[in-house]
Amino acid sequence: MTLNTDNDHAAPRPDERPQRTHHPLDALARLESEAIHIFREVAGEFDRPVILFSGGKDSTVLLHLAVKAFWPAPVPFPLLHVDTGHNLDEVIEFRDRTVERYGLRLVVASVQDFIDDGRLEERPDGTRNPLQTVPLLDAITTNKFDAVFGGGRRDEERARAKERIFSLRNSFGQWEPRRQRPELWNLYNGRHRAGEHVRVFPLSNWTELDVWRYIKREAIELPSIYFAHTREVFQRDGMWLTAGPWFGPRADEPTEELTVRYRTVGDGSCTGAVLSEAADLDEVIAEVSASRLTERGATRADDRLSEAAMEDRKREGYF
Amino acid sequence: MADTTQDLLRLATAGSVDDGKSTLVGRLLYDTKSVLADTLDAVHRASVDKGLSTPDLSLLVDGLRSEREQGITIDVAYRYFATPKRSFVLADTPGHVQYTRNTVTGASTAQLAVLLVDARKGVLEQTRRHAAVLALLGVPRLVLAVNKVDLVAYDEATFEVIAKEFTDHATALGYPLGSVLSIPVSALVGDNVVERSAHTPWYVGPTLLEHLENVPVEPDPHDAPLRFPVQYVIRTNTAEHTDYRGYAGQVAAGTVRPGDEVVVLPSGLRTTVARVDTPDGELAEAEAGRSVTLVLADDIDISRGDLIAVATAPPLPVDEFEATVAWLSDKPLRPGARVLVKHGARTVQAAVSELNARFDEQKLTAVPDPESLNLNEIGRVLVRVAEPLPVDDYAVNRRTGAFLVIDAADGSTLAAGLVGAGLQALASTGPTDASTAGDLVSPGP
Repeated sequence: MTLNTDNDHAAPRPDERPQRTHHPLDALARLESEAIHIFREVAGEFDRPVILFSGGKDSTVLLHLAVKAFWPAPVPFPLLHVDTGHNLDEVIEFRDRTVERYGLRLVVASVQDFIDDGRLEERPDGTRNPLQTVPLLDAITTNKFDAVFGGGRRDEERARAKERIFSLRNSFGQWEPRRQRPELWNLYNGRHRAGEHVRVFPLSNWTELDVWRYIKREAIELPSIYFAHTREVFQRDGMWLTAGPWFGPRADEPTEELTVRYRTVGDGSCTGAVLSEAADLDEVIAEVSASRLTERGATRADDRLSEAAMEDRKREGYF
Repeated sequence: MADTTQDLLRLATAGSVDDGKSTLVGRLLYDTKSVLADTLDAVHRASVDKGLSTPDLSLLVDGLRSEREQGITIDVAYRYFATPKRSFVLADTPGHVQYTRNTVTGASTAQLAVLLVDARKGVLEQTRRHAAVLALLGVPRLVLAVNKVDLVAYDEATFEVIAKEFTDHATALGYPLGSVLSIPVSALVGDNVVERSAHTPWYVGPTLLEHLENVPVEPDPHDAPLRFPVQYVIRTNTAEHTDYRGYAGQVAAGTVRPGDEVVVLPSGLRTTVARVDTPDGELAEAEAGRSVTLVLADDIDISRGDLIAVATAPPLPVDEFEATVAWLSDKPLRPGARVLVKHGARTVQAAVSELNARFDEQKLTAVPDPESLNLNEIGRVLVRVAEPLPVDDYAVNRRTGAFLVIDAADGSTLAAGLVGAGLQALASTGPTDASTAGDLVSPGP
C-alpha cells in the first residue's frame, strides 16, 4: 500500500481501464455531502431543531440542503425568521412563497412586537440588527428549540473562523470561546444540558463563492434583490441604502436612481446595496470572484463598528 | 469563469510558539489574494496603531480579542483559500503548549499537515511531538516549513541539517519516502511561500503553495470494504413514494451499488441493496464520502446507529477493545471511569476498564500503568462497551476506527479515541536523540 496513489491524474489507456472508474467528489459535492451529513446528525440526536430562515441566499441554500437531506420525506423541522421589521418587500414575498412551496411551518420572532410592548427600545441610529438577539433567544426558549441551524460561514469574519460546526450556547444563549468542544473527524457531540442549546452551521466550510456556485449548479431561486436592478438609494457611511419608510433618507441625504444589487439580506437601515450590473448568476459569480471587498464589510454597517464587533455580538447570543 | 470541478485539500498547520505560524498563514492568504480590500485596510490600520512600518500579516488570522491582546493563538481557526487548481480548507492550530488538544482537532480530518520550525532553533521536542501526534492521527503527508531562513542568511547547510533531522524522525514514525517535504521559507518576507525566493538558489523544490496545489490528495477509502453508518431512517408515504423507507447516511468506507449483499450490525441480518437514492436520481454506485439513502430489498428492523457493511467482510462487533486516547479535558482520566462512547452514529455507555500506558512525549516511549491521564496526554486503554460496537482498526480506516469519549454528566468531549494499538507502534520507535541545543520548550501540562 503506497501513499502515492494518484487516481486523479492517472490516465489509463482504454485497454487498461479498470471496469469501474473512480469519480472523486469535487469540492462542491464534498461540501454538499458534509452539510447533508450534519443535518441528519441533528435530526437523529435532537428533539426540537429549527432552521433560521431569512430569505437571504445563505439560509435559502441551507433550506435547499435540508430538503435534499430528508428527501423524499419533508424537512422534519420548522423555520424561524427573526424579523427586524426593516425588510425589503421582495424578500418577505420570497420567504412566504418558499415556506409555502415546501409546506413548512414558519415561526416569526418580531423585533417590532418587542419594541411595541416595551421589551426593547429603538436605537438612536434606527438600526435593528443588534436588537435581533432578544427576540431570537425568546423564540428559542419559548419553543424549546434545542438545535438552531444558521447559515454562518467561517470565511465571513475572523471571530467566525473559530466557530465550531456544533456551537454550544449556555442558557443565556451566549457563546463561550473557552467552553467550545474540540470537533474531531465528523463525529459531532450535540450533548447539552436542559436550557442550553446548540447552534449548528452546516455551511461552516463554504466560502461566498462556493455558495454562489452551488446556487448555480442547483438552480436555486433567490430573491430578486440579489441581481442588478434600478432602485432609489441614498448614500450613508459609504453605503447605498434603500430609501424607505424606516431607513431615511434624512434631509441632507439626496436620493438617486442607480443600478444596484444586494449581497446580503438584513436590516435595511444598515445593509447596503452595491453598485452592480450583474444581472444573472454568471455575472454575479464573475463579480464575486473579482471582488475586493468581503461580503460583510461591504454591506453591513454593524460589523464595522469595532474590531471585535462580531466577537461581542456572538458572546451576547447573536447568530 | 473559474471551473467548479476542482478538488479540495484539507490541511492543518502546527508549530511552536513564535515560529511565525500566523504570519505564514497570513502570507498564504495575502499572496493568494484571498484577503480582500476591507480586511486588509483593517490590518494596515491596526499595524500602524501598533507602530509597525509594514503590515503585520498575523493580524489577518488572530481572531479573538483576547488573542490580539496576548499576542497568541488560542483556538483552531479555519481558513479558506483557492487557486485555479484547488480549494483549500486550512485548520490553523495553535502552538501554545497547553492547547495541544487543538492539534488533534485540526489534524483529525487533515490530508496534509504543515509543521513550522524556526531556522535558528531547528527541530524542537515540540516539533517531534507534533509529528508523532500527526502520525498517530494518520495524517498521510507532512511538510516541514523551515521558517525565518532570512535570519540565518539563507544558509543551505543550516536548512539541510534541519531537513535531515526531521525526515529521519518522520521516517521513524512510519512516513514513507516521498510523503515528507522540507521547504526553506520566510513568511515575513515571502520567500518560497507563494513566490519563489531569489535568495535560495540552492533550493530546487516547489514553493509551499506549488506543493499544496500539486500534491496528490489521498482518495477516500473507496476500495475498502463497505461501511455505512445509518444516521436517520427516512419514511414517507405519498402517491409517488408509497411506503418509502430509506436509510440515510454517508458512505464511510468502500463503495455501495444496487445488488450488493450487505449485513446489518449489530443484528447480523442480511439483505441486498435495492437502490442507492439521492434527490438527484438513483446512483449506479456511491463511494466513500458521499451522502446517500439506501433502500434495501428486505423489510428488516434498522435504526439510527446501526452499521450496514458488506456481507463478505463485515467488522466484528466487540464489547471490549484496545484503543489509544488523546485526553482533551481538564478532568483527568482514571482507570474504571464511566463514560459515553460515540462511534459512527451510535452512542453507548462505556467504561475505560484499563489504563495501560501513557505516551511520553519527550522520549516517544510508553510509560506503563500510569495512575491517570491528564489534559494533552496520550494513552493506551482498554474500553468496555455496554452494547457491542462494530469497530475497525484506526490504522485501517480513519472514519470507522475513530470514536469520541464523552462525559455522561456534563456532555463535554473528553477524548479523541482511536481503535487499536496505534500507540504501540509509535512508542516502539524508541527514544530520540538528546534535545537540540537551545531547546528550552517543555511540552506537557
